[in-house]
Amino acid sequence: MNIEIKNGRLIDPKNGVDRRTSLFVAGERIAGLGDAPAGFVAEQTIDAAGCVVCPGLIDLGARLNSIEAELAAAVAGGVTSVVVPPDADPPLDEPELADRLVHRGEEIGKARILPLGALTLGLNGERLAELAGLKKAGCVAFSQANRPMVDTEALLRAMEYAGTFDFAIWLQPQDYWLSRNGFAHEGEVASRLGLAGIPVAAETIAIATILQLVRDTGTRVHLTRLSSAAGVALLKGASDEGLPVSFDVGVHHLLLTENDIGFFNPHARFNPPLRAQSDRLALSQAAAAGLAAICSDHTPVAADDKLLPFGEAKPGATGLELLLPLTLKWAAAAGVSLADALARITAAPAAVLGLPLGSLAAGAAADICIFDAEENWLVTAEALRSRGKNSPWLGYAMSGRVKTTLVAGRPVFAAGG
Amino acid sequence: MHNPQLNKDGELIHLMSIEGLPQRILTQILDTAQSFMEVSAREVKKVPLLRGKSVFNLFFENSTRTRTTFEIAAKRLSADVINLDINKSSTAKGETLLDTIDNLCAMHANLFVVRHASSGAPYLIAEHLQRIGRDDVHVVNAGDGRHAHPTQGLLDMYTIRHYKKDFSQLRVAIVGDILHSRVARSDIHALTTLGVPEVRAIGPETLLPKYMDKLGVQVFHNMEEGLQDCDVVIMLRLQNERMTGALLPSAGEYFRHYGLTPQKLARAKPDAIVMHPGPMNRGVEIHSAVADGPQAVILPQVTFGIAVRMAVMSIVAGN
Repeated sequence: MNIEIKNGRLIDPKNGVDRRTSLFVAGERIAGLGDAPAGFVAEQTIDAAGCVVCPGLIDLGARLNSIEAELAAAVAGGVTSVVVPPDADPPLDEPELADRLVHRGEEIGKARILPLGALTLGLNGERLAELAGLKKAGCVAFSQANRPMVDTEALLRAMEYAGTFDFAIWLQPQDYWLSRNGFAHEGEVASRLGLAGIPVAAETIAIATILQLVRDTGTRVHLTRLSSAAGVALLKGASDEGLPVSFDVGVHHLLLTENDIGFFNPHARFNPPLRAQSDRLALSQAAAAGLAAICSDHTPVAADDKLLPFGEAKPGATGLELLLPLTLKWAAAAGVSLADALARITAAPAAVLGLPLGSLAAGAAADICIFDAEENWLVTAEALRSRGKNSPWLGYAMSGRVKTTLVAGRPVFAAGG
Repeated sequence: MHNPQLNKDGELIHLMSIEGLPQRILTQILDTAQSFMEVSAREVKKVPLLRGKSVFNLFFENSTRTRTTFEIAAKRLSADVINLDINKSSTAKGETLLDTIDNLCAMHANLFVVRHASSGAPYLIAEHLQRIGRDDVHVVNAGDGRHAHPTQGLLDMYTIRHYKKDFSQLRVAIVGDILHSRVARSDIHALTTLGVPEVRAIGPETLLPKYMDKLGVQVFHNMEEGLQDCDVVIMLRLQNERMTGALLPSAGEYFRHYGLTPQKLARAKPDAIVMHPGPMNRGVEIHSAVADGPQAVILPQVTFGIAVRMAVMSIVAGN
């Protein structure tokens, strides 16, 4: 179908576009912007007056516990591609499972599913999964999600093996021994509330180990969900050194700190934990400077699993529908321009993936998000399409509401529709 | 942030932590407890303040001593007391903590005395009661994880006030496993709220929480230095399981460095009092000569504990 999206403020961070103009979609692809391409006849016209038109959001981490509801939540949040970590039940450690997930996603026909294959069987950190087979089935990289690789030799071998095929490995840097008993940042709040702590060293030790193995193997590594200033400093060093390493940060970690635990609020329990204000600032600066991509780390948790004492509650928050408004909220507070903020959730994650997504250039996939940056809405359980109603933002007002989402040129979400 | 322990008029409706309570409430509890001391000395040891009310002792973690003193305190207030050992009943059947609370509310509970292994569990219960509109049901924390044991903190304050009269000139040392101690956290908040100018924490680095300075506490690793000129010494129980990990090499080495002996106690003021929340490990954190010596006030602490728990229960649930 040929679609013209007119009157919108077109922001394509990857190509440095930010102006009021029309965007033309032909079939699955972008046909051009500005003036209609020769012979273009629109079958549908979308009036985006008062709205921003940008590439569909790419979320580097979203768990799809109930796949239909979560993919509907994704497109309602303007997310057109979701990277799914392998810690599903069962873990994504066999090509057949990846194949089934990808096909199920295609059947549902909303956001694109980009699965991460399990690096090891059962995510147990010991025996390698069939990486090449998983890749063939559609896995974009390999990961342990947030399960540890306790055995450093197994990690080295996994990196060597992945490097053989030029596969990237995604790792959440968290030392098993220093994090296994804790559930909050080892800081002032944990000391006060009597919560077992996870020290920053859990992150820095893991990063230091991984960086050394990257130096030795040359394997590309993406580090997920950084939480500390010291961790950011190590990755800046790695970047200066020219190591093939990238990283992301969960959007909640850009906005919240250990203080948000308040009186044991289980919605402020995250993995890795929310840390101190200085850590939040360092993460924010890294994201502002373009060093880190931003993701939702969408983790739907059943209500009963949050209605528990802090240390027993499951970590994580719902995020697919909040990624955009929370990123806008962060950008406003951090003095980051709208185009730069959108880059962190479109072009930056596309670069991490090495996929030709996150762009509105002619010929690119027509994955498009149209949103009203000024429209306010209240976060409530009913307002969220995700099955996960677990959010520290319930009852808060957000700015930024998605109006229309297109995936491969197909309208897959329309507000009020 | 709204303190869920206080109502709109600033009155105590739950007791979950000493932290965040104003001095006037702590003083009110201590004064009320003092008035109850006389009840315990009577032949008929009862007052009718909680007559017709039901107090549920919800112990998700074993404790004989604390539960018994709460039970005695509730009975002296003429309440009906129901003891529930939850370890062995509902949670074993998969019932959640809040299901249990809903069921007990349906049995017309007025007050829950809660002990739980997880820090913050009483907050979860209090929030739930608010959510379901049961502002007539109250929660008293009888110890949650490492977080707080506010009635123990208050009875410690009662003991200190009884022997030392005034908080404003004191030097108080808390010795031992502060990291895992809910008693220590409650004592620290109570002492600083009541205006004690110098609170010291003494122990090895492995048993001290980080950022103690932010709690207004001065840290000592050397016990002799830490005890120098102290008016009050609060010893903490060292759990046996702390010996098995990498926190400490042995009970013997711990006792040599952090066990309270008559020699070490001599560094404190001659009229210093020695407290312990019990149960004691003699020869691990405290020498018998001190535990049974003239400066120990460990048994009076237990007696005061009943009056303090009567005070707390009558204040939160008495209207």
